[in-house]
Amino acid sequence: MSPAKEKWMRTLVSHEFTNGKAAAAIEQFDFPTTRDEDWKYTRVARIANEEWKVASDAAIIDTKAFEIDGLDTYTLVFVDGKFSSTSSRMPAEQGIHVSQETVLTSERETYEHFFQAMADAACTDIINILVEKNTIATKAIHIIHVSTQAQSLAQPNIRLIAMSGANIHCVESFVCTSEIKVFTNRTLKITVEENAHVHWDKIQLESDANFLMNEDNVQISSNGNFTINTLTIDGGWVRNALNISLDGQNIEANLNGFYMPRRKQFVDNHTKVDHRLPHCNSNELYKGVLNDQSTGVFNGKVYVHLDAQKTNAFQSCANILLSDDAQMNTKPELEIYADDVKCSHGTTTGQLDEEALFYLKSRGLSEDNARRLLTSAFIGDVVSKIENDAVREYVTQQLVQRELLVA
Amino acid sequence: MTTSLITIEGLRAQIEEKEILRGLTLDVKPGEVHAIMGPNGSGKSTLASVLAGREDYEVTGGSVTFNGKDLLEMPAEERAREGLFLAFQYPVEIPGVSNMNFLKAAVGEMRKHKGLEPLAAKDFLKLVKEKAALVELQDHLANRAVNEGFSGGEKKRNEIFQMAMLEPSLGILDETDSGLDIDALRIVANGVNALRSPERSFIVITHYQRLLDYIVPDFVHVLYKGRIVKSGTKELALELEERGYDWIKEEAEANA
Repeated sequence: MSPAKEKWMRTLVSHEFTNGKAAAAIEQFDFPTTRDEDWKYTRVARIANEEWKVASDAAIIDTKAFEIDGLDTYTLVFVDGKFSSTSSRMPAEQGIHVSQETVLTSERETYEHFFQAMADAACTDIINILVEKNTIATKAIHIIHVSTQAQSLAQPNIRLIAMSGANIHCVESFVCTSEIKVFTNRTLKITVEENAHVHWDKIQLESDANFLMNEDNVQISSNGNFTINTLTIDGGWVRNALNISLDGQNIEANLNGFYMPRRKQFVDNHTKVDHRLPHCNSNELYKGVLNDQSTGVFNGKVYVHLDAQKTNAFQSCANILLSDDAQMNTKPELEIYADDVKCSHGTTTGQLDEEALFYLKSRGLSEDNARRLLTSAFIGDVVSKIENDAVREYVTQQLVQRELLVA
Repeated sequence: MTTSLITIEGLRAQIEEKEILRGLTLDVKPGEVHAIMGPNGSGKSTLASVLAGREDYEVTGGSVTFNGKDLLEMPAEERAREGLFLAFQYPVEIPGVSNMNFLKAAVGEMRKHKGLEPLAAKDFLKLVKEKAALVELQDHLANRAVNEGFSGGEKKRNEIFQMAMLEPSLGILDETDSGLDIDALRIVANGVNALRSPERSFIVITHYQRLLDYIVPDFVHVLYKGRIVKSGTKELALELEERGYDWIKEEAEANA
């Protein structure tokens, strides 16, 4: 065991490892380093060097400030990783069930890294959402993760099963009550059964002090439809690992995302799309605008297996650097084993078009407004992918408040 | 004697160590239309760029006084707010930015500069409709992204439309006639003529006399090797059309 890991484990307050296989995996792994391919640009030293404690009980919190105007929702509230049923508005309609567990009993086949094992072995709370067969939810479910206590290690686990023919819209927000150092290591598993539709909007809105690691695992069956928008608006250190497995035919999967890091923020999106069977479509569109000394990472894997003929898989990641000190690392990885497919990928990193900037300024716009108008147009493609009007308006407002967008 | 709107004196400018303007002098009074003609490479577009504040050019000498203020001290946006408008030779396509949002922002900046309240949405739309009609620009173009997918003629009409919206005191037309067919040329010229007034001046940069049949200038200047080598009235433009630029070059070389 490395001295860093030894110290981390020793100082980790009030933890209890429950899942046998995960607990064993913790022993086996050390912190990932930049020598590991999946962590090449992602430094975890600042997480490793902190002392964390697991929150004991869920505080009761008023989440009004974090709700979305004009969106009628049930709310599921996690406070420092602990589920707070008192703060939540539980679903009350036929066909939607929410249950809570405190210990993760299911085991993964394999563990890939230390934080995965930690998430399972010391999971803070588990929420299971079940949408029954052919149930079309009348309201969206808004999952709100609120960080309130400094140094807390929150490891919530969410599982959604949309049974065949079900239709559900979920919004997941990550927010904090003040600029405090917290580490949220949240795991999500979504099962989209045949003919089911799941739309997931993830909105990351924490502070410069936070560390946020997300792992989203999605399995989709035939004729399933899944969309996830990963919207990173604020956060000091954010890593999203999104794994989508298209396990049937005629599936549509859409992955969109934007990130606008500034100051010293770090945003990492690792995506993996697995096309296993024929006649499926995946569309991936990520856009980044990086300012100051911020860093971004995009790693997009697309596998088209031998059986996945007639696949359409599109991937695009475009970035603009607004400062000389900002950095973007992109890596598309396509592995295609079927021969009758349409696949494309493109990653670009550039600067704002100087000609366009001059054009706008020559009409009286200030440098700042001209830049904002251009960056707004640039990420506008992704913003427009947010289907729900209220959510899109909310996201727009959040960006406008931070002077990242002109409405 | 009327005060000048813009006075350019001995202006020298270079790009990448190459001197393009070599002591250019020009004086424009309110309401006047000055045409600047000249062979390729004489510095016509450089003059437009330097006046509008494009940073690629380095001004190495001379002065430009605009409305009594030092123009060269101002960044591009300040020049625009002070009433200088450049109609681009090659208007830029800006995908994703709607013409309307862009114009709203620009008109807003102009009004703020003049200490005026922002226009109400209704009044803004009325203004758009009225000004778009000047250059026969269809409403739907105003709602599209700035210049995106516009034909050459539509782009130039959009420039004049923007000028009409922003009501500058000095309009600089940089080869606005290039790439226009005769109908588009007529529409653009009509738009410009409608904007002529005793307070508003124009510097019309063109390679061909053709445009000046429609926008009749008060003065015509010939630019050669970065300097104005001959000035006259609109008859000079006709003479250039007939005789070409060679005799001007010879005269200039002889005088040099």
